[in-house]
Amino acid sequence: MTNAIELIGITKRFPGVLANDNVNLTVEEGEIHAVCGENGAGKSTLMKILYGMQPADEGVMRLFGQELSFSSPNDAIDAGIGMVHQHFMLANQLTVLENVILGAEPTKSAGLINFDEASSHLEEVGKAYGLTVDPNDLVETLEVGERQRVEIIKVLYRGAKVLIFDEPTAVLVPQEVEELFRNMRELKANGATIIFIDHKLEEVLEIADTITVLRQGKTVATVKPQNVTATDLAELMVGSELPKPQISESSNNNTVALALEEVSVLGDDERPLVDDVSLSVNKGQIVGIAGVEGNGQHELVGAILGTQEIDSGSISLMGKDISSQSVRDRRESGLGYVPQDRQDEGLLLTAPLWENAALGHQTSRPFSNGWRQWFIDKVGSRSQTEMIREKFDVRTPNIDVSAHALSGGNQQKLIVGREMVAQPSVLVASHPTRGIDVGAQASVWQQIRDARSAGLATLLISADLDELIGLSDSIVVMFRGKIVARLNPSEINPRSLGAFMTGAALETES
Amino acid sequence: MIDRIRRLPAYARWATYATIGILILTLVQELGQNQTSHLTATSTAQTALKWSIPILLAGLGGLFAERAGIINIGLEGMMILGTWFGAWGAFNYGPYWGIVIGAIGGAIGGLIHAIATVGFGVDHIISGVAINILGPFAARFLSSEVFTGYQGGSVTQSPRVENVDKFTMPFLAGGYETPNFLKWLGDKEIPLLSDIGNILRGILTQTSWATIIALLLVPISAYVLWKTRFGLRVRISGEDPWAGESQGVNIYRYKFVAVMISGAFAGFGGAFISIEMSSIYQEGGTTGRGFIGLAALIFGNWRPGGILAAALLFGYPYALQFGDFDGFASHALLLVNAIALFGVVIWALRNDKRTDAAIAFVLGSLSAVWYFVSDTVPDWWVKILPYVIVIVVLIFFAQRLRMPAANGQIYRRGQT
Amino acid sequence: MLRRIGLALAAPTAAVLFATIASSIFLVIAGSNPITAYGDMFEYGSRLEIQVDILNRATPLYISGVAAAIGFRMNLFNIGVEGQYRLAAIVAAYVGASVSLPAFFHIALILIVAMLVGGAYAGVAGVLKVSRGVNEVISTIMLNAIAISGLIAWLVREWQAGGTVDATGANLGIGTEPIDESGLIPNINSWLELFTREIGKGKELTGVLLVAVAVGVLYHIVLNRTRFGFDLRATGINPFAARAGGVNDKRMVLGAMVLSGVVAGLVGMAEIAKLGRFNPNFVGNLGFAGIAVALLGRNHPGGIAIGALLFAFLDTASGVLQVTGSASREIVFIMQGIILLAAVIAYEVVQRYRIREEARMASTLLAGEAEE
Repeated sequence: MTNAIELIGITKRFPGVLANDNVNLTVEEGEIHAVCGENGAGKSTLMKILYGMQPADEGVMRLFGQELSFSSPNDAIDAGIGMVHQHFMLANQLTVLENVILGAEPTKSAGLINFDEASSHLEEVGKAYGLTVDPNDLVETLEVGERQRVEIIKVLYRGAKVLIFDEPTAVLVPQEVEELFRNMRELKANGATIIFIDHKLEEVLEIADTITVLRQGKTVATVKPQNVTATDLAELMVGSELPKPQISESSNNNTVALALEEVSVLGDDERPLVDDVSLSVNKGQIVGIAGVEGNGQHELVGAILGTQEIDSGSISLMGKDISSQSVRDRRESGLGYVPQDRQDEGLLLTAPLWENAALGHQTSRPFSNGWRQWFIDKVGSRSQTEMIREKFDVRTPNIDVSAHALSGGNQQKLIVGREMVAQPSVLVASHPTRGIDVGAQASVWQQIRDARSAGLATLLISADLDELIGLSDSIVVMFRGKIVARLNPSEINPRSLGAFMTGAALETES
Repeated sequence: MIDRIRRLPAYARWATYATIGILILTLVQELGQNQTSHLTATSTAQTALKWSIPILLAGLGGLFAERAGIINIGLEGMMILGTWFGAWGAFNYGPYWGIVIGAIGGAIGGLIHAIATVGFGVDHIISGVAINILGPFAARFLSSEVFTGYQGGSVTQSPRVENVDKFTMPFLAGGYETPNFLKWLGDKEIPLLSDIGNILRGILTQTSWATIIALLLVPISAYVLWKTRFGLRVRISGEDPWAGESQGVNIYRYKFVAVMISGAFAGFGGAFISIEMSSIYQEGGTTGRGFIGLAALIFGNWRPGGILAAALLFGYPYALQFGDFDGFASHALLLVNAIALFGVVIWALRNDKRTDAAIAFVLGSLSAVWYFVSDTVPDWWVKILPYVIVIVVLIFFAQRLRMPAANGQIYRRGQT
Repeated sequence: MLRRIGLALAAPTAAVLFATIASSIFLVIAGSNPITAYGDMFEYGSRLEIQVDILNRATPLYISGVAAAIGFRMNLFNIGVEGQYRLAAIVAAYVGASVSLPAFFHIALILIVAMLVGGAYAGVAGVLKVSRGVNEVISTIMLNAIAISGLIAWLVREWQAGGTVDATGANLGIGTEPIDESGLIPNINSWLELFTREIGKGKELTGVLLVAVAVGVLYHIVLNRTRFGFDLRATGINPFAARAGGVNDKRMVLGAMVLSGVVAGLVGMAEIAKLGRFNPNFVGNLGFAGIAVALLGRNHPGGIAIGALLFAFLDTASGVLQVTGSASREIVFIMQGIILLAAVIAYEVVQRYRIREEARMASTLLAGEAEE
């Protein structure tokens, strides 16, 4: 069996981060090869290099024995590699046909598109691989599973022999996952080679022929599914041992700080994004929300913060109903917020650090003063920012640089710091250590632990199992907008947690 | 019944809407307070068509740019360049070359906009505003260098130029010494049918070839954008350039070309104003029609056919002023507006949009009341009516319409 | 620090340089000598009387620039300054002529009326945007046309001055009733003459210059020192982060548009102080010129001042070209246009460079620390 893909010694650096560190990957022709790792392990970067979207800094790439290097996706496409993206690269307002043929349109004279030829070719491809789509549908009318099929046909249309799937099941429900696996087996039977990135261990074990595990940018193991269990895989992914939950004393003083009662948020199509959620967080307690992204956590956070309207239910902060209060009022009442996307939602990238430190707190001292807090207190803001920098170890030349000059980790420390020094009664922290280096991560964790001891109530949303289990006093699992489990972190293992997160547990329980 | 209309093929649908519109005009004319036939007169139709052309061309210009994802606020400036180069070209080489050179002048403006937005990533609106300022400045300067040297020229205007030849449809409108069927129909004074006849006659009589070319550009644009490879790639640049990039399309190239085409259209529109409408270049001759073209683009939901309809709608009030000696037609327009607004009320209620219905009801009532308590409308109202109509249209439709998904976003290759 | 200033000045200097070169090329093609032309202009511009003219011209330009900049800082494009200032001027002239008060109150009344009208008219566009999503570029331009072609034409007729001769016996012509002496902002020649020789040729340095300075100072204070200004700038930089940070973006949009209009209302005050009334020949194009100046000055109060002075210099000093015949005076228009475009592009390039540099510097610093 020849090797379809050989990646040898691939290294890729970004400012402040070593994304891929001497990674080796060998994929045999005609096999389904899974690449596993937790967030930030370097899987996406590796695939982007394989697909020509990024150049590698070091290393060699061989395709069917021939050494190649790609300068753009075009090269990869020509070489027979196709990428099915996690976030679909489909234009909603164009038809399936238009999306598929883009870049390789068959034409008649004068640049006119030969729609007939395109259409019949597309149908051929679809039939050959068992994928059914209507070429004339507008993409925006398609369900997620159908859109994924269009993504797949897009690469097959160009004759791809090696298909890369980037976290394909992240957005699918169980039935759609079965359909996808059926398609993958069909593709394999027709001679395609498949690489797919996934972190759902049960799925990987089900479909893959070979599994390579990445951790912190390095290859840690290549195994066969028949030789490992999900627990083994989890341990390979996150390290030699799972983090032990905090044995420290409970600092829960049984005063309810944040309470949600039957909160629901409806989407545009009247489907509930948050479905009748009730939970509470006490002072000195950390409640973790586990769940695959897209199951309503983001909308729940928005509802608590005030940027998202709720359709029913109520939210109270330290006993006071804040359901209809503005964001500013809630902040002033003691709600702190660490957003999941620091650049989009948390920072003013082109503004200096001391102004960023004031964001969200510009109506309170020491950031503003004067009659009705009308004036910005520059001196006060700066000294407060210096204090944050000191206390939270924000590495920066000074506090006048713009926020974008800081690394992700330092940006996050700044954000955590500014929220903490305002001494909130409740902190909503959404993926607080996503995409930041290990050192900053440890620092943030410590800050959260210390604040907890001092009586802070924290709602922690995260996809990082380490973080959830290590920090939370109790964990709730969200699935499809509902809370499906309330767990004790000291009694939990990743497999059962994962099962709840992916909804598999629902079936076994009932 | 409305659903049945919606299911008809496009041309039949538009014909139905047009007929309903003419019916309203006819009714208002017949049953209104003061007798007038000006609303559906041949001369009005002729002028309305002419006046809508620059708006149409500006709108089509905006279409190409925005379909490629580049907002082109600078259409007015490019149009001004078109008025200048059009007049210069027509003066020196005749009207046909004038139009071509005017288009080239506008394309130069487009080139500058493209370099700034696509090449350097400057914010689209800032670049557009800069071009709107540069356009008249450049025209001023060029006039002082060139037109002052001509007999009859000055810093603010050019000498007179020739028009493009005119075409009259044979048999229907009596062109080339054939019997004039539509005139016969119009003379019969049959309600509605004669009005339709008069309007059609206005469109088909003595119509400039430039107008005809401009109108042909509507189906041509649709064809190019939706049926050619070039058009598909332009559209992906505006809907999701990163998807296009991931499939190997050179997005920069298509944006660039699209913006230059945009400028060329605006330039054509400007040249049309100089050559066809006023027969000279005049400083300030565009009177904001570049912007009205943008409004037509929005109202037309970024589709060529819609833009044409919007351009005609916006051009009509301009045209009505001419030849309306007793002022009754402009006055009658108040009632027409009221009826249209009440139509919007019905549409809004059917779709459960209560605030829209309320606004439309209030505006419609004001218009109707004004109609009944007065006999004529003041000058200044007639002058500002086109702009008011644009605002009113946008009030109802700005949020319902959909521009290309990635329109206005700064795209840099290699970054998501 | 020095590096920062250097970078900040690099773009506009490059732009002016580029524009000068480009315009020189145009001049040469047109058969003129650029060096003589520029020389003539500089010589002319160094005369005190002409400098008074330049300051007079720069004053409304500056105010207009600040008005536009208020919007720009929030990513709002108030193209309606043109209509706002003219509407404000005619209403203020009418109101000012209908009363007679002690000077301080009379002037204050006129200014306040102008600000209210400007703010209200801009507010219309703001309401349309906030409630109905109407793009403010189009709505303000439509409102401009409505004001200029319609409202003002009508108001000029409605408020036509009664008599046919004014206080000096000169012919009145079309326009509003003249305002009494007490309502006209006096010139500040005496202040300037403290530093220089006596100003000749009957030139008067407009007192509105003080208003402009006040506007600039307030602009700086409000935007950089108040919480409202912080909220406004934050919304302009990143509306999502601003919202998460508690800013009510709808209120901000309305507030910014109204504030922009309020300042716009003052743009015509220098002319009113000079003419004492509003007539159809009221100075025009200040709205668009203000936008150019704001872009040139990058919305910074000092930068806008420099931009206003530059454009005012070009406008005024070019007058000499007609006399000396070394070039046609319209060359300044091309220069202004090219300066604007070049500056806008240069800013983008410099900004991108600065971002890269800052990031690189910060990460080198950290790498250095990590190695220790």
